[in-house]
Amino acid sequence: MTTVPTPEDDAVPETQAQSADVAPAAATRATTATTMPATPMVEALDVHKSYGRVEVLQGITLKVLPREVMCLIGPSGSGKSTFLRCINHLEKINAGRLSVDGELVGYQQRGSRLHELHEREVARQRTEIGMVFQRFNLFPHMTAIENIVEAPIRVKGEPRDSARAHARELLEKVGLGDRATAYPNQLSGGQQQRVAIARALAMRPKLMLFDEPTSALDPELVGDVLAVMRQLADDGMTMIVVTHEMGFAREVGDSLVFMDGGVVVESGNPREVLANPQHERTRSFLSKVL
Amino acid sequence: MSEQVSEQATAQAQRARPETIRAVPVRHPGRWVAAAIIAVLLAMLVHNLATNTRWQGWIINQYLFTSQVLHGLLATLWLTLIAMVIGIVGGVILAVMRLSDNPVVSSSAWVYIWFFRGTPVLVQLIFWYNIAALFPTISIGIPFGPSFHTWSTTTLITTFAASILGLGLNEAAYMAEIVRAGILSVDEGQNEAACALGMRRLLIMRRIVLPQAMRVIIPPTGNETIGMLKTTSLVSVIASFDLLVSVQRIYNANYKVVPLLVVASIWYLVATSILTAGQYYVERHYARGSVRGLPPTPPQKFREFFVRNIGVTHRLPAIPNRDARGGGA
Repeated sequence: MTTVPTPEDDAVPETQAQSADVAPAAATRATTATTMPATPMVEALDVHKSYGRVEVLQGITLKVLPREVMCLIGPSGSGKSTFLRCINHLEKINAGRLSVDGELVGYQQRGSRLHELHEREVARQRTEIGMVFQRFNLFPHMTAIENIVEAPIRVKGEPRDSARAHARELLEKVGLGDRATAYPNQLSGGQQQRVAIARALAMRPKLMLFDEPTSALDPELVGDVLAVMRQLADDGMTMIVVTHEMGFAREVGDSLVFMDGGVVVESGNPREVLANPQHERTRSFLSKVL
Repeated sequence: MSEQVSEQATAQAQRARPETIRAVPVRHPGRWVAAAIIAVLLAMLVHNLATNTRWQGWIINQYLFTSQVLHGLLATLWLTLIAMVIGIVGGVILAVMRLSDNPVVSSSAWVYIWFFRGTPVLVQLIFWYNIAALFPTISIGIPFGPSFHTWSTTTLITTFAASILGLGLNEAAYMAEIVRAGILSVDEGQNEAACALGMRRLLIMRRIVLPQAMRVIIPPTGNETIGMLKTTSLVSVIASFDLLVSVQRIYNANYKVVPLLVVASIWYLVATSILTAGQYYVERHYARGSVRGLPPTPPQKFREFFVRNIGVTHRLPAIPNRDARGGGA
């Protein structure tokens, strides 16, 4: 997962590319990751999840290191969004173990038994995990800046002034410094998604989850959102991205996981997996989307 | 290809802008016919009011502002206000209880709503009025153990208290369903996004879900408030202080039934009109963020109507941009 990309890969023309120095940045991150102590940011061991009789996740095992950007791809219904939602306990897992930064998600091990965590504890765990949704889910009755400061003030008890100052910084960072007082319905889809990213970042999370962040956007707005995510990756954020943007996966991702039918079919360096898939299922999927 | 397009664009820019369309608007003869019919009917009514001495307009004038009537009006307004506050607060609590994961909590809310919606409010009023027959005293203490303080029920539950309890507790059951509908109308994604930010259930309800549910809750709540204004007249069976009772008392003495009912109706209409206007502006407040430009207020609409239909633009100042808050995207 931490192979340094070869220079040949840079030659691949890429329409979504916003900056030319992407490959070196990804390489730096990956090298740092190898020298870090071995506590993975996310560790999944044989994770199972079912809705009634339908088993959506049939044993997912994977590891995400700090500062790593992992992209999850796969056909719809493959369980990739469900897995992402399990990481911050929006869905409960039925079997296996799932931990973030060495701490089990939603449960506590006491002796030989697992105990469900109280809502207050689950909420505390979630404050450290940012999530960005396909349909933005901004709070429509609040302006952009109110959306961003809501959780820092009400959940973390940050003083209003410093929360607002931080929010302005974040809006500046996502390129929306001038739209602080706009309501979500006065913003385009791409702008809304960037506010949503700023809202998640306002909690200063150590892990960011992206659930198809560009799938609901007009094609010409996708680039702005990806640029913000790329910037975030370069800043060293640990990210798990469910996406259909193969260009992003190839250039920004440190690792790529292809899921189908609730299992991991194939994973590895994104350039290698995309260029040379080992499994027939991966090949047929990629031939349809690339 | 792209060169062709850009050439076309420059050519178009160089050409003069086409003339602004000044079309003859569609005529609406039906509107004029309707207006004529209504005008005739209105004239007939005014003529009758002016010439028919049986209306006894002077009696209306005489009693409209008497202290007896005004006291009744005040009592009616108080009853409406307090009963609605109990109803709304109770309704929100019951709605949140009904949507709770705790099966004991949600089913007790269900039973409450089932009972209070299932029995006539008139029966409930009389029941509260006669509660002392069931429980002569009310005390605070340890269940089945000693009590710390005891009150006589008749002093605690006055007729006013009985009226408020009867109307308010009944209203809470109806409001609960209105609030629940509002809560259910909010997109599940809102809840998920708030959860993902580490917000807890009650905070999400208060800060995220209820403010959005208000858009759905307010119109039927306005309806309920106006309904309550008139339902308060039911307390005449147990008490003698509301608006309707006070005019009844007057016409029982002087037999001027119709003029005094007109007096009561005028006051009910005045109160209802004020409530309707209030509801309009509350709705506007909660519409923020959900419509691009807020809808015009009635004065704005009135002006727009004149500009469009009579074409007196030159005599009126231009209509300002409707709440161009934040600008369009």
